[in-house]
Amino acid sequence: MDTIFALATAQGRAGVAVVRVSGPSAHHAGRMLCGALPDASCFAVRAVRSGDELLDRALVLTFAAPHSFTGEDVIELHLHGSIAILQRVLSVLGEIEGLRLAEPGEFTRRALENGKMDLAQVEGLADLIDAETEFQRAQAMQTVEGALSKVVEDWRARLIHAASLLEVTIDFADEDVPVDVAPEVVDLLAEVILQASDEVSRSYVAERVRSGFEVAIVGLPNAGKSTLLNALAGRDAAITSEFAGTTRDVIEVRMDLDGLPVTFLDTAGLRDSDDHVEAIGIERAIARARTADLRVFLTDDMSALPLTPLPQDIVVAPKADLRSDGTGVSGVTGAGVTDLVQAVKAVFSDKVAHAGLTSRARHRTSLQSAVAALETAQDLVKQGPEVYDLAAEELRIAIRSLEFLVGRIDVENLLDEIFSSFCLGK
Amino acid sequence: MKHFDVLVIGGGHAGAEAAHAAARMGANTALVTMTLSGIGIMSCNPAIGGLGKGHLVREIDAMDGVMGKVADKAGIQFRLLNRRKGPAVQGPRAQADRAIYQREMLAATLAQPNLTVVEGEVVDLKMTGTQVTGVELADGTLIDCTTVVLTTGTFLRGIIHIGEEKRSGGRMGDKASVRLAERIDSFGLPLGRLKTGTPPRLDTRTINWSILEEQQGDDDPAFFSFETTQLFARQVSCGITHTNERTHEIISKNLSRSAMYGGHIDGTGPRYCPSIEDKVVRFADKSSHQVFLEPESLTGNTVYPNGISTSLPVDVQHDYIHSIVGLEEAVILQPGYAIEYDYVDPRALDASLQLRATSHLFLAGQINGTTGYEEAAAQGMVAGLNAACLAQGRDPVHFGRATSYIGVMIDDLTTRGVTEPYRMFTSRAEFRLSLRADNADQRLTPRAIELGVVSEGRRRLFEAKRDALEAGYQAMTREKYSPKQITAAGIAVKEDGTRRTPYQLLAFPDVQFSDVIRVQPDLDTIDPPIQIQLARDALYANYIDRQQKDIDRLQKDEAHVIPDGFVYAGISGLSNELTSKLERIRPSNLAQAARVEGMTPAALALLLAKLRQHKKKSA
Repeated sequence: MDTIFALATAQGRAGVAVVRVSGPSAHHAGRMLCGALPDASCFAVRAVRSGDELLDRALVLTFAAPHSFTGEDVIELHLHGSIAILQRVLSVLGEIEGLRLAEPGEFTRRALENGKMDLAQVEGLADLIDAETEFQRAQAMQTVEGALSKVVEDWRARLIHAASLLEVTIDFADEDVPVDVAPEVVDLLAEVILQASDEVSRSYVAERVRSGFEVAIVGLPNAGKSTLLNALAGRDAAITSEFAGTTRDVIEVRMDLDGLPVTFLDTAGLRDSDDHVEAIGIERAIARARTADLRVFLTDDMSALPLTPLPQDIVVAPKADLRSDGTGVSGVTGAGVTDLVQAVKAVFSDKVAHAGLTSRARHRTSLQSAVAALETAQDLVKQGPEVYDLAAEELRIAIRSLEFLVGRIDVENLLDEIFSSFCLGK
Repeated sequence: MKHFDVLVIGGGHAGAEAAHAAARMGANTALVTMTLSGIGIMSCNPAIGGLGKGHLVREIDAMDGVMGKVADKAGIQFRLLNRRKGPAVQGPRAQADRAIYQREMLAATLAQPNLTVVEGEVVDLKMTGTQVTGVELADGTLIDCTTVVLTTGTFLRGIIHIGEEKRSGGRMGDKASVRLAERIDSFGLPLGRLKTGTPPRLDTRTINWSILEEQQGDDDPAFFSFETTQLFARQVSCGITHTNERTHEIISKNLSRSAMYGGHIDGTGPRYCPSIEDKVVRFADKSSHQVFLEPESLTGNTVYPNGISTSLPVDVQHDYIHSIVGLEEAVILQPGYAIEYDYVDPRALDASLQLRATSHLFLAGQINGTTGYEEAAAQGMVAGLNAACLAQGRDPVHFGRATSYIGVMIDDLTTRGVTEPYRMFTSRAEFRLSLRADNADQRLTPRAIELGVVSEGRRRLFEAKRDALEAGYQAMTREKYSPKQITAAGIAVKEDGTRRTPYQLLAFPDVQFSDVIRVQPDLDTIDPPIQIQLARDALYANYIDRQQKDIDRLQKDEAHVIPDGFVYAGISGLSNELTSKLERIRPSNLAQAARVEGMTPAALALLLAKLRQHKKKSA
């Protein structure tokens, strides 16, 4: 097997840059550059040389298989983050026999293949690297630590127990098999159905944590929506002008509200318009506002708008700078903006407290089909032993769905699915 | 010197079926047995079939094997187990008259063309390198052959225990063959140790039948063979009695004198067929266990008390038997005993049951760690067919998990090995709803016809049934009926506007064939047996469509063939444990690798990646 190497930190100038080398020749390569290596799982400062030439002084970390990220022998060089140094070090490594530059995702792939992580964990890692906010980080970390896999394994164990109870009455019918197993099976199924459906509904929140919550700012034309958005963003994200109907497309600004990923949407002002292009914009604004997680209505007259607020939505008066009652919000003066942000945060913090362990559509689909099969199984078990063959089959379908989720079966599809959707470059 | 294409050693259930299968293939076959009377002997309980086991017998019959036909002739009480449950989990079972079974099996064996029965004891195998080329008999006779099927049951270091007494031997009265065992040892095969037990046999004339509960057979017997249409033997009932607290007390007090509990036996026994000592110890809270009193034959006086196998000393057996209601005066004709024996780890075999390391040698039956006549016979058939294929230069016959219980068993044995005597259960088959006892012929007979192992009569019978089923299916799916029409015929359906065929209606558990005849009267012309079969197919149709996806997935994984000689060592990332397991088991494809115990998704992914690399390199 090849030994691979790559820059593990971002390209460009930085304080520190990490080069990772993994594979059977990793330690050999390390010795060629740095002389004697620190003991496994230790670090030390070493001069990095090419022949007699000193390239840099680096912190060197040694890992011995299988106790490393990839499960192979690994060396990490923590170099000074200079583009020139990195170019030299990478090219020196490339000249060593048996070493080559890693393909995108190859380190993670090796970690998966060497049993250091399961599928869900790999997906969690991708999210972790992509995480921009604190909540995203915490959620991804949970997945990397295998929280979802643990829960699913627990359900699987309970379902296998339920299945075994049914199978006893089927396969040992001519023997002294006891009692009515239905109550215990129904209870076991009910527990898993409850927990799995709960996980499904909470996964929507988790998905939002991963992708960001959407907040649509809606109001009449010229209510100051774009000005408010610019104030929130701290820059001119949306074109603002005195003329009503300036915003025709939906403009998005992505923000980190104390760890919550929130995307504010500036939508076209809602009014009847003869302008064909503006009418399309308005239609789009309404559709987008409906699917957003939260709507901020910038208006003091709800009846003028073609949308009704949902219970959690925020209604606030526009253009506080032009009012004298001290209420409302203004993007021009910043009045009320902090309060509005607090209100938005309050809505989402409450939701995030109930975020599920999974945020992926793939996981949710598996959970949903497991729940559906379990519900059918439960009905069948209640009907009696005459249909236990069908109940057992539904149970088997449910177990398979869960196994698919954690990647126990259907290796090839699973692999294709992961490695095609896996965010490359990690 | 004589020469045979296939030589089968042992005339038990595996041996007989192997010899018949090879002979049906047209191979010049020899069956070597110590005595003619040993052919088809039932050394344990006098019954054939059951759940999973009945499926195996039907599958053997679908390939025109002998077990089903002989069992039908010997059947003295037929019961379809799980009759009230769905057809997929119904299993035919019969009490068999031991004497008739032996007589009929011997007759069928002697009448089989291409098959020579040799009375003698094989004492050694002749080898050319690592290939078997013949056998040597005790009288010095040498027989050349191309392939050997070894079906010698528990002969490898078999030890019989009755309480503290022990002696070497296979079944009661058989001698263990030392030289042959030494030869097998020389192959360096991985061996394990198992144990099994039998109950004391009782004299029917000394049992007080009049006070015992009676278990009768079914009024409409379900036969094993698709060719059987009528009963052959007189039918009888079994009796049912129970152990009691007094019985358990006697056993508990004498546990230290039991071979199994006194520390005389190290083998692993089956969890599902425990000795009475096991039951008393493990289920201490149960004060009573069921005992079935099964007559061994219509003519003899022996009764097999099913449920109380033991290795206690004879005097204790007397005491506990006499503590049981109805058995107070019972005379023991033959004491119960336990036997422990070596088995060959079946992971040393390939899917045709040929040893990987010793070519042209096939193993079948109890020697592979299984228990039961049906499991043995099914393996015998697989080994016999494949030994013939090898001798004739034909491709091996493989049975897959998706099409037969036989395939499930072979795959389980050769990829997972055994930890206790392996017995078939319906729950072992993940495609249980498709692998039914009732459709074994539809699943396997076409393949058997291709192989040329079925009689002309069987072929015609099969083809007529297949055509009738096809015509019936067409008639039932030709037209769709509205909910209104269906309700008018007296079947309750939702008024959801969905139009349904009579076939779809039959998928509702409470709809009978007679109901759909009211919807479409011309279905009345379908033969009643075909009606029943169509109804069974229809019941599971929805599930079978879904299962097809799983089957496709399995077959996709099976298509990733792992080449012979694929090197696992040095694949970085595979644990040493897994590497050595894979090296030993040598799965022939990715699906099999996935079922290796301890296999992880990551390791599988790694294997797949390696296989792709391997393919690229060799392409």
